[in-house]
Amino acid sequence: MSTVTPPLPYRVAGTWDETGDTRSIELVSAGRRLPPFAPGQFAMIYAFGVGEVPVSASALRGRHGGLVHTVRAVGAVSAALCRLRPGDGVGLSGPYGTGWDLEAAVGHDVLIVAGGIGLAPLRPVVHAVLDRQAAYGPLAVLVGARTPADLVYRDEIESWRGQARVEVTVDRPAPGWQGAVGVVTTLLDRLDLRPERTCALVCGPEVMMRHSARDLVTRGLAPHRIQVSLERNMHCATGHCGHCQLGPLLLCRDGPVVGYDRVADLLLVREL
Amino acid sequence: MSTDADVHASQPPASDGLVMGKDGMAALVDVLIRRGFTVVGPTARDGAIVLAELRSADELPYGWGVELEAGRYRLRERPDGAAFANAAGPQSWKSFLHPVRVREWSADRVEGELVFTADQDTPPRYAFLGVRPCDLRAIAIQDRVLTGGAYRDSGYEGRRSGALLIVVECTEPGATCFCVSMGTGPAAGPGYDLVMTEVVDEDGHRFWMRSGSQEGAEILAELPTRPADPETRETARAGVTAAADRMGRTMPEADLRELMAGTLDAPRWDDVAGRCLTCGNCTMVCPTCFCTTTEDVTDLTGDHAERWRLWDSCFDLDFSQLHGGPVRASSRSRYRQWMTHKLGTWYDQFGSSGCVGCGRCIVWCPVGIDITEEAAALHDWTQSGTSASASAPEPP
Repeated sequence: MSTVTPPLPYRVAGTWDETGDTRSIELVSAGRRLPPFAPGQFAMIYAFGVGEVPVSASALRGRHGGLVHTVRAVGAVSAALCRLRPGDGVGLSGPYGTGWDLEAAVGHDVLIVAGGIGLAPLRPVVHAVLDRQAAYGPLAVLVGARTPADLVYRDEIESWRGQARVEVTVDRPAPGWQGAVGVVTTLLDRLDLRPERTCALVCGPEVMMRHSARDLVTRGLAPHRIQVSLERNMHCATGHCGHCQLGPLLLCRDGPVVGYDRVADLLLVREL
Repeated sequence: MSTDADVHASQPPASDGLVMGKDGMAALVDVLIRRGFTVVGPTARDGAIVLAELRSADELPYGWGVELEAGRYRLRERPDGAAFANAAGPQSWKSFLHPVRVREWSADRVEGELVFTADQDTPPRYAFLGVRPCDLRAIAIQDRVLTGGAYRDSGYEGRRSGALLIVVECTEPGATCFCVSMGTGPAAGPGYDLVMTEVVDEDGHRFWMRSGSQEGAEILAELPTRPADPETRETARAGVTAAADRMGRTMPEADLRELMAGTLDAPRWDDVAGRCLTCGNCTMVCPTCFCTTTEDVTDLTGDHAERWRLWDSCFDLDFSQLHGGPVRASSRSRYRQWMTHKLGTWYDQFGSSGCVGCGRCIVWCPVGIDITEEAAALHDWTQSGTSASASAPEPP
């Protein structure tokens, strides 16, 4: 058991654009460091004087050896984080929450389904699976975005193609887009899914996760073999503020990654 | 096999407790202050019985009772001069253990580096005088929420670990009380340092006192008391037993956790949403509601920032704010969140009910929404046979 303490001071080692409103930030510490993060776990990042937001690690080891987070500027804190420049200070605490259960995926085909910035918490999974390919069956990565301009990690996604089955789709194409158009679940038709051997990891907008998971169940995947990463408005990450409730779950503690079997019914209740 | 009577008979006389006269209350407050405690207890002020720091026993609400109903609270004079013959007031002990506003830490920008400092204020050592059995359970519930998980709220822990709990058993329940339904009173459960039962009859105004901890026993030993006579004990016990039979409200005879989980789509939520103002009063007065938000502030230099934690309410639209809007936009979903959490999902999260039956949410609701009535309506719906055929539209 640990007590609630202030964040640790971290410094921005690098920051770069992912899309028009989304940036990645690599954070390093000159002094005490947080314990290692597992793929899918999140940090609370504090922008000085503005506030704190939960952000999943999008890479566990960046170019400078630091933690990488990908942030979309949607509120005051995330906008402040997107304005950070190398050398700026932030507060960091974590790791919090459940990570992706990669042990459950050992020996299985790994299917990653990501919508928009939902690819961020899944990217460390891709890295982990590619690092230990012998332990897993084939890897498939399905990525959906609203428009081509909203695709994060475009170059890196391309670099996975040799080692994984990669499919990308957009809801609305733009001039020059040669790829698929449609929601991410349409990409499932392109796979030779082996439902009894597959472990699926899904992250994106809640509506996208619900449809993806249900589609996968229809295709024969057992609900407990589908993991989803859920998002709520977390203020403390330590189970004390009450904001991240989804029915019986406190998502900072029981999530963000949960088995679809635990939440399938909850996700069907409006405004839960 | 032994009976209750055998057990009582076989115990040494000390377990029968002691009797302290009304004037002993002054000594109790003095002893507590001398031992360094900040004494907090009930006092009549502004038309209500509030919890405040007490300098002397004279401040206790002698001769004040309360008249409670849904959306209504009135003080009324009692001819018997009893101090504790009044049910829960608007505040609970969480105002002291889990205060409305707490600074958690501060951050300073020093030569480009951020320096974080935890708030190190030493909390006062509280003696809570006059904790009701329902509120004793509420404290145990907040203990579990704030210090029983993987992370301990160290501020709460600091305030709580030094606190001395002096419980008063209930002999005068209010019309909105239902502690019997929730299994929390009117007799005191475990966890107190001292427990008293107030007796006022032709033999005088006195308190039957028992200790529940070493410190409680030491304090009791310093007070002007005499061994408890059987008559006082019996009158005290009878008063508590009679209180159990005079509960103003009851919860339906049902597994409330299952009832909540099984009625998420009940039409009753629309009905209550038509009355609920989403003001959040129920969450403020509830002795177990613990939700908080954070506020980050800077001073004029821009180099000093502070993190404050404030009570929050699940009735606030911002509570469930995600980019794109609140998860719970309708008042239906917000009332449902509060009630199903309190009576249902609290078990999943913290291993017990979140309701202690104190009735505050009923009294302080400006439109008089009654949680026991709402639970009964949900229960009736499950019994009516219409529930099985009802199905709500799926979210988009």
